[in-house]
Amino acid sequence: MSQHSLARRVAALVGTSAVLVALAGCSTPAAPGGTDEVVPGVSDDTATIGTHTPLTGPAAAGYSSISAAATAYFAYLNDNGGIHGRSIEYIVKDDGYNPANTQTVVRELVQDDEVFAILNGLGTPTHTAVLDYLNQNEVPDLFVASGSTSWNQPEKYPFTFGFNADYVVEGAALAQYAADEHPGKVVCLLGQDDDFGDEMIEGAELALGADGLAAVERYSVSNQDVAAQIGALKAAGCEINILATINGFTALAIGTAAQLGWFPKWFSSSSGANYETLVGYLGEDIGPKLLQGLVGTNYLPASGGDSEWVTLFRQINDEYNDGAPFDGNTIYGMSVAYLFAEALEAAGENPTRASLIDAVASGDLAGNGVLPLSFGEDSHAAYLGVGITAVDQGVQDYVGATYAVDGGAVTAVDPSPVALSGEGVPGS
Amino acid sequence: MSRLLPSLRGIPRTIVLGAVLTVFAIGATFLLDPYRNFQLATVAAYFCATAGLTLLIGRSGQLSLGHAALMAAGGYGYALTANAMTDAGVTGIPRFLAGMLAAVVVSAALGWLLGLAAARLRGPYLAGVTLTLVIAVPAVASVFSGVLRGDQGVQIAYDGVPPVLERLIAVEQWQAWVAILVAGVVVTALAVFARGPVGLRMRAVRDDETAARLNGVRSGRVKVTAFTVSSVAAGAGGAVLCFATQSVSPGAYTLAFSLLLVVAVVLGGLGSIGGAALGSALIVLLPWLLAAGTAALPLPVELAQRLSGNLSILVFGVLLIGVMLVRPGGLVSLRRRRPSRSSGTATAAAPAEQPATTASPPAAAAAGARHP
Repeated sequence: MSQHSLARRVAALVGTSAVLVALAGCSTPAAPGGTDEVVPGVSDDTATIGTHTPLTGPAAAGYSSISAAATAYFAYLNDNGGIHGRSIEYIVKDDGYNPANTQTVVRELVQDDEVFAILNGLGTPTHTAVLDYLNQNEVPDLFVASGSTSWNQPEKYPFTFGFNADYVVEGAALAQYAADEHPGKVVCLLGQDDDFGDEMIEGAELALGADGLAAVERYSVSNQDVAAQIGALKAAGCEINILATINGFTALAIGTAAQLGWFPKWFSSSSGANYETLVGYLGEDIGPKLLQGLVGTNYLPASGGDSEWVTLFRQINDEYNDGAPFDGNTIYGMSVAYLFAEALEAAGENPTRASLIDAVASGDLAGNGVLPLSFGEDSHAAYLGVGITAVDQGVQDYVGATYAVDGGAVTAVDPSPVALSGEGVPGS
Repeated sequence: MSRLLPSLRGIPRTIVLGAVLTVFAIGATFLLDPYRNFQLATVAAYFCATAGLTLLIGRSGQLSLGHAALMAAGGYGYALTANAMTDAGVTGIPRFLAGMLAAVVVSAALGWLLGLAAARLRGPYLAGVTLTLVIAVPAVASVFSGVLRGDQGVQIAYDGVPPVLERLIAVEQWQAWVAILVAGVVVTALAVFARGPVGLRMRAVRDDETAARLNGVRSGRVKVTAFTVSSVAAGAGGAVLCFATQSVSPGAYTLAFSLLLVVAVVLGGLGSIGGAALGSALIVLLPWLLAAGTAALPLPVELAQRLSGNLSILVFGVLLIGVMLVRPGGLVSLRRRRPSRSSGTATAAAPAEQPATTASPPAAAAAGARHP
């Protein structure tokens, strides 16, 4: 037993000296939000930001290209001088679309990598899990990749700004379009069982009335089978199905219905209406046939359109993204990155977290959407209106109808796309 | 330790030891930066569950693959109660205690029911039942999505640092303190329980159920008790995790995680509380170290994406096979030069000694390596 006690003595000695050294040399970590002069993540020549996004798991196939596209835009921007001489470093962390992972990776980004801001964190359930955390730590939480209305609470969450059009707006626009173009048809809805689904239902009922939806079915992302829900919608005699689904489940819903020999009209939220991604899921042979006529919403330049933005983004994609397939996600990722660059430019020569937030809340950012941005002191929503898109012969483009929600009512408005300026490099 | 406190024996000794180690671990939080403290809080939460699991498997001989579900039960119990208390205007420590109480009650009830089934099953059948439970977690959350909020899970209000300590410590450190305190209380209670008469009966039932029954031990009752106690520990772990992350969702309690808990206790050493501490530190730190390691290597994006998440599973598998070949008693048996006869004092002293030397130094070493 003498060896035993020797080992213990050594262990005790080592432990005690470790504690003493630490107490002498190491101080308590500074409380977040202190008045340090050093701005986290900003040095003389770099600004480091981070994001959480699914690179693995059920949602990865539909969305992993977004962060790649944003990274490509930042590479383009850095090659063109960056913002105020700073290059932007974009740290992408995989959360597998699992809220529990999101909490870990976002803490890692904030505390370990010390990012300046979180940009375009993806997903309603995932980002909800870190919303409180980011605001308590006063980390700018910009342009969340989700249309939940949770992000638009300036009083409660002053550091969070959304990017997608509200799901309420999307639901209302799709339902209004259904009522305008296909009067008298039976409209139903398939929705994710979280805020995404809830808010799309709220929007659709805004346009159609409280009993306007003939049937509503819900699905859960963890269960890759929607046969029961599709069967129920078919049995209810639905003719137009509004989808509050992410890309993978849009494809699953349309594919499952086709297997049942049922071909209703599909109206999908922009979050799940990316044509190229859907073809990837359904296969090159039958995908285009099943997706012919798919109605969706969008608020960014459409991949099938001829906007100058699309031309520029295609060039960037070829040059900086190894010519990855160019689709709606590519445009989305680059648009978000562009908007962040614009915000950072507006935040001044020596940006702080506060000046970045002020720059966004000033309402002066232009973005590149088909409607003006809605940011302001009392609005943290990016787009309160959307254009309707449709797929025709494999090309997804705007059909012209554009709707906005104002004061609880849906109205048709005229699109007013933002023109490209300065080769897509803010401040040049 | 027996040299330091020769007069203390039995249960008082376990309690003193538990208290000393808890204080030591709380002191160690001063060495760590916020992210490391968050990891330490996670380790402490997992430690509650693995300590309960290692006693269940190692001392009573019942295998549970579903401890993640019991943690989830505790987490949801805590979250729903905490939200109800917030609505009623109660905050701070009373809210925390009420949440913990609910977590313990909910997980105890679930564990008791499961234990009733478990006492009648053995081997693969018992494993099957517990496996079903954890597979059902996402389905239960989505069926009762009105209350449990589906995949999104339940979010709770945030508990800041109490005003007295605000100038002294950061919020992550405070969360680590709470997690360590709870783990200290739970694990000490488990150690006392395992040393007591029920612990003795558990071992009798494990070694030979027939012989135990001939000696008047009611084996069914012993098994159910063991299961219930083990679930309370898991539930407390789930509640602490919910406290530290302000949310609970089915994604945190997957089948993979549940199996990882079993891997942790087997790697650490079945039946040993020290082994459980070692195992829980491993399942938190190893994936993170591997991710940091692969990120530092100049790997092609494709390969890096493929390795993400999968590499740690591979390493756990290799580690498990390696440890079982070399040291069937688990990592904790590495420090014993000779295979000691399993006399009561030797085994109880060794496991109880372990937590401080395992839970904090790897984290401290990691912190030191990254922030020289």
